[in-house]
Amino acid sequence: MVKPQTVLETRNLTIRYGDSAAVIDVSLRIPAKTVTAIIGPSGCGKSTLLRALNRMNDLVSTVSVQGEALFHGKNLYASDVDPVELRQRIGMVFQKPNPFPKSIAKNISWAPLLNGYRGDVDELVEKSLRQAALWHEVKHKLNDSGLELSGGQQQRLCIARTLAMNPEVILLDEPCSALDPASTSRIEDLLVELAGRYTIVIVTHNMQQAARVSDYTAFLCDGRLVEFGPTDRVFTRPENSETEAYVTGKFG
Amino acid sequence: MPVLSQVLPSPSPSPSPGSIGGFDGLGSVSRWQRGRERMVVAALFLCALLSVLTTVAIVTVLATEAFGFFREVGILEFIAGREWTPLFNPRHFGVLPLLGGTVMIAVGAGLVAIPLGLGSALYLSEYASSGVRTVVKPLLEILAGIPTVVYGYFALTVVTPALRYLAPETRIFNAASAAIVVGIMILPMVASLSDDALRSVPRSLKEGAYALAATRLEVSTGVVLPAALSGVFASFVLALSRAVGETMAVTLAAGATPQLTMNPLESIQTMTAYIVQISLGDTPAGTIEYRTIFAVGLLLFTITLAMNLVSHRIVRGFRERYE
Repeated sequence: MVKPQTVLETRNLTIRYGDSAAVIDVSLRIPAKTVTAIIGPSGCGKSTLLRALNRMNDLVSTVSVQGEALFHGKNLYASDVDPVELRQRIGMVFQKPNPFPKSIAKNISWAPLLNGYRGDVDELVEKSLRQAALWHEVKHKLNDSGLELSGGQQQRLCIARTLAMNPEVILLDEPCSALDPASTSRIEDLLVELAGRYTIVIVTHNMQQAARVSDYTAFLCDGRLVEFGPTDRVFTRPENSETEAYVTGKFG
Repeated sequence: MPVLSQVLPSPSPSPSPGSIGGFDGLGSVSRWQRGRERMVVAALFLCALLSVLTTVAIVTVLATEAFGFFREVGILEFIAGREWTPLFNPRHFGVLPLLGGTVMIAVGAGLVAIPLGLGSALYLSEYASSGVRTVVKPLLEILAGIPTVVYGYFALTVVTPALRYLAPETRIFNAASAAIVVGIMILPMVASLSDDALRSVPRSLKEGAYALAATRLEVSTGVVLPAALSGVFASFVLALSRAVGETMAVTLAAGATPQLTMNPLESIQTMTAYIVQISLGDTPAGTIEYRTIFAVGLLLFTITLAMNLVSHRIVRGFRERYE
């Protein structure tokens, strides 16, 4: 097997909120065009780690970062990196669906137009909605508000608007935790489908979900990376006893 | 409601005499405690009643006196008349010059307060660090606490001379000067209420925009402002309603010349300033001249009430959408 190229990497990454460390000394390599799941009990630093990868933590003034997070070998936290440019290439989908109070079409086209997209807007909207498996449900109401969709549809709209930016990496922060089982399964199918084209990192507290959608799994506990490896190995033959206890449901 | 207040233990931990700890059995809520509870309710009800009655009384006086006025002057003449000369012959009772003066002040004040207030609000809610915010926001509220007569002085002693320096044809008493200070006066209201509206936009919405590679300016103007637009608009309407009702600064600075003009450097008179003029003058009660102020007052009251209702409605629609 050819060793996959590394897209994102962290080296001894430590992230603190004020004095308390949320992520401690995490070193991790995320391979290209795969789905990597970050699992672990609540409060273990999963979301903080994910948000470090597109510098969303910058928006919190008390955060301090030590160590390195590399994107194609370049430190994201270097002084010459513009977080706005970085987020053009690394998109993010959040826990709670957060469509803008704009029309469905504008939800998709807003960011690409700001970032220099000069192609056909209708085409972009259709393509993105098709990719997010939402097109057939909304094609007759593209001018309705995004807020009028159901929760699951809103989350797929958020995925569609992320895809419209044509990113390399998509970060998902517990994207299904606010959704019903049927919507969850649609989004999981979608992730598996997108995996061949994008590098996907998903934070989830749902181990079945990690097992179903991911190629690699990282297990975090109390801010430390306990185990990282191919998902089937982490789930069937964990090397660490803590991981075993967690994936077999003994705690967390 | 009284039943509930008898069943629930009183929130303040002051046990009545004879019940140590206040909760030794259901029968222990003493008669004295129940009586006190009722007295408090009655006193609070009286407070509420008093303010409602006062409002009703004011509206009644306005309406009856205005009714007396409208028996002698037709409503159409009042509303559509272009001359306002109730104090000398030939008498005319057309309120348009006063209304025009008021509108000119409100529009001028809006031109000052809306851009500056909205700019301050955007800065405070989206850009300022929490340190700057904790200093600037209270300062803005102090600005709102300056007595309006001081603003009137400020207009006469600073703004008017400056205007006359820039445009020598400016009258000593002029609409522009009053409009500018009224604008400064309502600026904190626009800034503070707009800031509240902008800050009530959910954080998740902003994060969504940042994650799509939007800059801070694009997030503020493209997502936050549109999402908060109704709240921001409501702040404009409330502030303009305050400008319409503003009295002291316009009485001091805008003059006492009721005239329909589009030139803000001219002397004008607003509805409020006219009411002051008659109230302070020696116009005998019961005459038609005296009654004009109730007609003007009623019109003023109607305008500000309508504006406040509009703004409440806008804010309510906004809440329904986001909560």
